[in-house]
Amino acid sequence: MTDRITDTVIPDAWGTLRRFTQARIALGRAGSSLPTQPHLDFQFAHARARDAVHHTLAIEPLRAGLVERGLGVVTVHSAAADRPTYLKRPDLGRRLDAASRERLETYRAPGGKDFDVAFVIADGLSAFAIEQNALAFLDVMLPRVPAESWRIAPLVIAEQGRVAIGDEIAVALRARMVVVLVGERPGLSSPDSMGLYLTWQPAVGTTDARRNCISNVRREGMSFELAAHKLLYLMTEARGRHLSGVLLKDEVEAPPERLAAPGGNFLTEDT
Amino acid sequence: MTRYSHTVDGHTYHFADLKSLMAMATPARSGDYLAGIAAASDEERVAAQMALAELPLRRFLVEALIPYEIDEVTRLIIDEHDAAAFAPVSHLTVGDFRNWLLSEEADEAALAALAPGLTPEMAAAVSKIMRVQDLILVAKKCRVVTAFRNTIGLPGRLSTRLQPNHPTDAPSGVAASIVDGLMYGSGDAVIGINPATDSVSAVTTLIRMLDAIITKYEIPTQSCVLTHVTTSIEAINRGAPVDLVFQSIAGTEAANAGFGINLAVLAEGREAALSLKRGTVGDNVMYFETGQGSALSANAHHGVDQQTCEARAYAVARKFKPFLVNTVVGFIGPEYLYDGKQIIRAGLEDHFCGKLLGVPMGCDVCYTNHAEADQNDMDMLLTLLSVAGINFVMGIPGSDDVMLNYQTTSFHDAMYIRQVLGLRPAPEFEAWLRKVGIFAPGEAMRLAKDLPGPFRRALANLS
Repeated sequence: MTDRITDTVIPDAWGTLRRFTQARIALGRAGSSLPTQPHLDFQFAHARARDAVHHTLAIEPLRAGLVERGLGVVTVHSAAADRPTYLKRPDLGRRLDAASRERLETYRAPGGKDFDVAFVIADGLSAFAIEQNALAFLDVMLPRVPAESWRIAPLVIAEQGRVAIGDEIAVALRARMVVVLVGERPGLSSPDSMGLYLTWQPAVGTTDARRNCISNVRREGMSFELAAHKLLYLMTEARGRHLSGVLLKDEVEAPPERLAAPGGNFLTEDT
Repeated sequence: MTRYSHTVDGHTYHFADLKSLMAMATPARSGDYLAGIAAASDEERVAAQMALAELPLRRFLVEALIPYEIDEVTRLIIDEHDAAAFAPVSHLTVGDFRNWLLSEEADEAALAALAPGLTPEMAAAVSKIMRVQDLILVAKKCRVVTAFRNTIGLPGRLSTRLQPNHPTDAPSGVAASIVDGLMYGSGDAVIGINPATDSVSAVTTLIRMLDAIITKYEIPTQSCVLTHVTTSIEAINRGAPVDLVFQSIAGTEAANAGFGINLAVLAEGREAALSLKRGTVGDNVMYFETGQGSALSANAHHGVDQQTCEARAYAVARKFKPFLVNTVVGFIGPEYLYDGKQIIRAGLEDHFCGKLLGVPMGCDVCYTNHAEADQNDMDMLLTLLSVAGINFVMGIPGSDDVMLNYQTTSFHDAMYIRQVLGLRPAPEFEAWLRKVGIFAPGEAMRLAKDLPGPFRRALANLS
């Protein structure tokens, strides 16, 4: 007669360290392998990130939400017809399809004047991030750019769009700078992270060195308030100094650490 | 311009030049399609492979894929080519070279002697007409051993880079992941951090922290903070205890310029690290990272396929006698390597080409969430590379890099492959694991159940 099998997982003795990091430490082991529960937790996180990549942006609620706020909205599509094409051909995700380009030109400011800024909402690699964060962020941001000081172009929603699609949009609309709200590549623990990219006087072919980026904007990441504060600083500087990118440093105070990390390096601190 | 052609079944395929022939002979991958240089059909691809198989190896010495005049990597390859080492194979075609590599005559000694006589283009060419089992068989016969505070690449050994990244570089967060890794026997290749902040002072803080840990616990390993080579040089100038100097490198001068480096800067970095004399059993002081697609993404590929560009990066690497070279194969994304199949093949090609050229190859067996890949693909690549005798892989808590947002091999994964293939850590590090009590007593590589004393005491302070 054999004994009943018990204790199939060997716990790790350093679970107390989990408070210092979001990393998947102290998972325990089955033999030396990953136990069932953390294994399936990981599979779920990956499935969620994959779903975020392939999730189609729900345009209508977004458009309705923007209209409700009294904003003009134009919907455009990149030259990447679908998600597989988007993933394989970044060049197509950076360009408008022909119909969108023509449509945008009808939204130019009257009297041949330029807009000061165009805001573009692009699904990027996580439409989920846009659905979670775009409207809520704009609610914080737009009151900081009142119409008397900023001529704002109609908001553009871009499907299958990468950051650089904002360049062609700004050219078509005649906007002096563009801010692209884009769904960032989903991480396992951050499937809903939104990025903000500012470019002064964009043109087709503008390189990333001429952009400023504010990353990880989401409820668990950088707050909408701080992101809006930084973005307004960059927009104001860009307009004043006629540049953006590496020459325009983000001199706003660093954000507080996302994770409280009490204690220094406990491995070498003697008590 | 030389034209190449091949006739199969009455149909003649034409290839404009050698780089076009190389690109079209490359097994399908999204980056070459993105560049517009891939074969238009499967038949054209195999015809190109047939034409390539008939090409004399020495052709690569007279037709540069990227002109000598405009690219210092080409100049490095040509100027430092060892004709005497090349002599035994100088009369062979690419196809005959494959046959010879697979033969028993091509043993460890013969391959080591040949390495300086091979150019990256020759290695890339033969890899393009090899199957996965060929890439494994030949790589397994190549041995590249390096040393700093321990010895990496010995037979029957597999090392790991412990990668304790943290989104804000918080010392306690980094230390937590280091404990996790060490307790699973990880960290003999290097304890290497990708810093969130790249300033000299932030980097120096991390370097000092790793040095303090390695010193206090007497760990026979080395540290690295993966920052730009010029930042490491500046840190060394300010007295930081730098073990390994890191840099991302690529296979063209223009792509390296995109990284803000050239060969002279790399030489400076190596000299700076050597001046500290911190290695105890060897003086390989450089840690390089590479990856297919980096030249194309910098628009610096000159119409050369991404796998050949990658092999050229190994010519840059071997010039500086590195301790570790790591192909970060699945990090770049699906526009270069679309799915698990492409990532797996690329990882094996990179390991093969690197080893054949005499470079101490490791691999970041990894993927991003927008690639068509998952943990099963990584299990396959880890297993195949370990069978092929790879020097090192990554180790990270639970496969999830919370700073770089991608997935790589975990501490558990390394223990899996150790068990299945009996692969041990570097000898100096293995002795430490046993002395400290991380591995249980006995010959087998079993983890002990209790936390070793020194670490138990460190954690007791936290309560």
